[in-house]
Amino acid sequence: MENEMKIKLKVWRQENEKAQGKFEEYDVNTNPDMSFLEMFDVLNEQLITEGKDPVAFDHDCREGICGMCSMVIDGRPHGPKGGITTCQLHMRSFNNGDTISVEPWRANSFPVIKDLSVNRSSFDRIIAAGGFVSVNTGNAVDANSILIPKETADKAFEAATCIGCGACVSACKNASAMLFVGAKVTQLALLPQGQAEREARVVAMVNQMDAEGFGACSNTGACAAECPKEIPLSVIATLNREYMKAKMNGK
Amino acid sequence: MTLDSRIPEGQLGEKWTKYKSSVPLVNPANKRNLEIIVVGTGLAGASAAASLAEMGYKVKAFCFQDSPRRAHSIAAQGGINAAKNYQNDGDSVYRLFYDTIKGGDYRAREANVHRLAEVSAAIIDQCVAQGVPFAREYGGTLSNRSFGGTQVQRTFYAAGQTGQQLLLGAYSALERQVGLGNVKMYSRHEMLEVVKIDGKARGIIARDLISGNLERHFGHAVLLCTGGYGNVFYLSTNAMGSNVTAAWKAHKSGAYFGNPCFTQIHPTCIPVSGHYQSKLTLMSESLRNDGRIWVPKQKDDNRQPNDIPEDERDYYLERRYPAFGNLVPRDVASRAAKERCDAGYGVGPSKMAVYLDFRSNLMNKYGRAEANKMGIENPDDETLIRLGKEVVKEKYGNLFDMYKQITDEDPYEVPMRIYPAVHYTMGGLWVDYDLMTTVPGLYALGEANFSDHGANRLGASALMQGLADGYFVIPYTIGSYLSKEIGTKSIPTDHDEFVAAENRCADYINRLMGINGKQSVESFHRRLGLIMWNKCGMARNENGLKEAIEEIRSLRDEFWKDVRVPGKKDAFNPELEKAGRVADFLELGELMCLDALQRNESCGGHFREEYQTEEGEAMRDDNNYKYVAAWEMGQNNNWTLHKEDLVYENIKIAQRSYK
Repeated sequence: MENEMKIKLKVWRQENEKAQGKFEEYDVNTNPDMSFLEMFDVLNEQLITEGKDPVAFDHDCREGICGMCSMVIDGRPHGPKGGITTCQLHMRSFNNGDTISVEPWRANSFPVIKDLSVNRSSFDRIIAAGGFVSVNTGNAVDANSILIPKETADKAFEAATCIGCGACVSACKNASAMLFVGAKVTQLALLPQGQAEREARVVAMVNQMDAEGFGACSNTGACAAECPKEIPLSVIATLNREYMKAKMNGK
Repeated sequence: MTLDSRIPEGQLGEKWTKYKSSVPLVNPANKRNLEIIVVGTGLAGASAAASLAEMGYKVKAFCFQDSPRRAHSIAAQGGINAAKNYQNDGDSVYRLFYDTIKGGDYRAREANVHRLAEVSAAIIDQCVAQGVPFAREYGGTLSNRSFGGTQVQRTFYAAGQTGQQLLLGAYSALERQVGLGNVKMYSRHEMLEVVKIDGKARGIIARDLISGNLERHFGHAVLLCTGGYGNVFYLSTNAMGSNVTAAWKAHKSGAYFGNPCFTQIHPTCIPVSGHYQSKLTLMSESLRNDGRIWVPKQKDDNRQPNDIPEDERDYYLERRYPAFGNLVPRDVASRAAKERCDAGYGVGPSKMAVYLDFRSNLMNKYGRAEANKMGIENPDDETLIRLGKEVVKEKYGNLFDMYKQITDEDPYEVPMRIYPAVHYTMGGLWVDYDLMTTVPGLYALGEANFSDHGANRLGASALMQGLADGYFVIPYTIGSYLSKEIGTKSIPTDHDEFVAAENRCADYINRLMGINGKQSVESFHRRLGLIMWNKCGMARNENGLKEAIEEIRSLRDEFWKDVRVPGKKDAFNPELEKAGRVADFLELGELMCLDALQRNESCGGHFREEYQTEEGEAMRDDNNYKYVAAWEMGQNNNWTLHKEDLVYENIKIAQRSYK
């Protein structure tokens, strides 16, 4: 094949949460149109044929929306290109002969399950603590009776596009989850539906975030720089403001 | 067993209202003692689990992903239909009902579809109340757009990621109940068997995918909300993990499978580019609002698309279907694309693609409107493109970005190349009006059931059905069963049937791990997909289907002799998960072909080459095939066909025309 690319992969292998991990090296033949995860499919096919253990990695939709894929590629969550997830990265972003290192998300609150798969259930527990509007099925009024200015709706939507992948945590030297929490707090604080629980929500979510062991904001902005959905850093400012207001009101 | 759809008596428009006011209720004290298992946490599962927990039932929810928020509903792009008539364009419950029945080529149940249309408006209200940020107009009201097969604007949306926003709404409701202790959530768990005691569904066996342990879970009722089986084709727009396993195990436990051959091939997907390809990516149907589909009039035209003059382009949908144009339903649009490519007019390197072109609307519709607003007289092309681009970006920005990521081409500048791909399955577990399968106490919701879309689903109706089933149907219909179960105490999971079911699962896993052959699971899946696509895909015929059945049987034999499942069974092992799923696809594929073979007509997405009009349109046979095919599984993959006759009392059944 004329476009063939030879890549050397250095992949983090770790049997389970408790085991000691290490890098292993593999040679893979790929081509520019292949996606990064398809290259891992090729590698795994190779390993299975050789009677070796394939690399475990999380992935599902392979179109950048489910938030399942999670690889640190050459030191950057979701790889060298901005605004995309690992599954949207194609080999045309690399050169023939490159050596690429691949690791799992690195954070105590995301323990490794195996190889490149990590456990992100801490994110679910943060949402369960307050990332919702308490409205039971059947309680709703007619949708157009709640008028929301387009600008506000657009801003809320921008914050709501978070896919919960955890790249923000992985990118942060403090393993802070404030971009993730800030995105949800911002979405609901902007909307009239979120007002009733506005203060209780932010306090509950921040408490849970702390309980899960996520660190404090490092103020470096690495989270927003690596976010595949380009959630802006301003959601952290909103989070801080919302939290302060709630605390000053005695929540 | 005779099939009883249990459709309530009365006028079509009154059935659901009467049902709701007369269905037996379960009092709050009893609800606390009733346990419900929900498998799958997409739109149907998350909305059902949340709603049932809010009502007071004890709920256990399961998903194979690492979080319920990652179910594949998340990837739905274009929108959700509802008969709100906010656009004042003549929409109504009846029109949504009528469009859905007609779109499904008269192979869906009137009563179910009417109920769906009735509850559609409440879904939008519920989602907005949860804080789902739908697209809005400057005045603050909700915005709508058009989808295929309709002449009104009834589709609500959030850019090109409506499924994500709706699922996150349902997920937040679910997590709220988890936080309140009303739902126990089991992520990274896969259901491997339905446990039946005295003929009723009483629980499941699930595998903890991290530890590999088999677990027994009791429930007074079990709800399967596990999505569709499009991945039987290997390449589809489904997520990599989407599978038929839960539904298939239910089928093996006695639940009939309805219309398995009804699969939806979506017309606008990014074409296949290489043999290593693992999945296909959809480009939302909403793009057909503003994109015009064409191929060159001349065969093997190698010019760049923008160099081909207007009068040398064949806008074949507008030519063949002037009334609906580019917004014909999916089955019609897909077949038309295939017809052009097969005839030699396809474009791109593989010649298996057509153009979806935004230039004309970008300039003439949006660019000109913006220019008018700004009072720019006689704008030049460059200005029109610049202004139009902004509007198009706001409507479809994320889709255009996705396309560019995958193909390295900029759809603002050159037309997209698209081709049909497997997207959705209308078939699924047979259910009655209550959404109960033929196994008492076992329900199927959302894409996992066969119910509302007949032989072809209209765009933006999958989200509607998933949420209708979960938020507004099951909370009522489950009462009809559970009101009779209030005397049933929780059954301890050391019951013989639980033990036996767990043993069967353990044996099955041992068998898979013990083959130790040479070929990977993936390679079998890929081969199965090719058989299905070539012989049970967009066009089917008797000979092809018969060959496919033989080929699938021998592939299945080969799988059980030569598959290699590496790793351990009592540890995290994605290859083992995949092996179980592919083993089930290898059985399902045969049933799909059998179903396609017995249906000697063309309808909706099921196109039998032998049955077409002179113009190449699908030719239904209402005298002989106006039924739901419900398959019962016997020993050794022998199936018995049962038929549920479809009765049309309110709609005059007619040749479907979009001309």
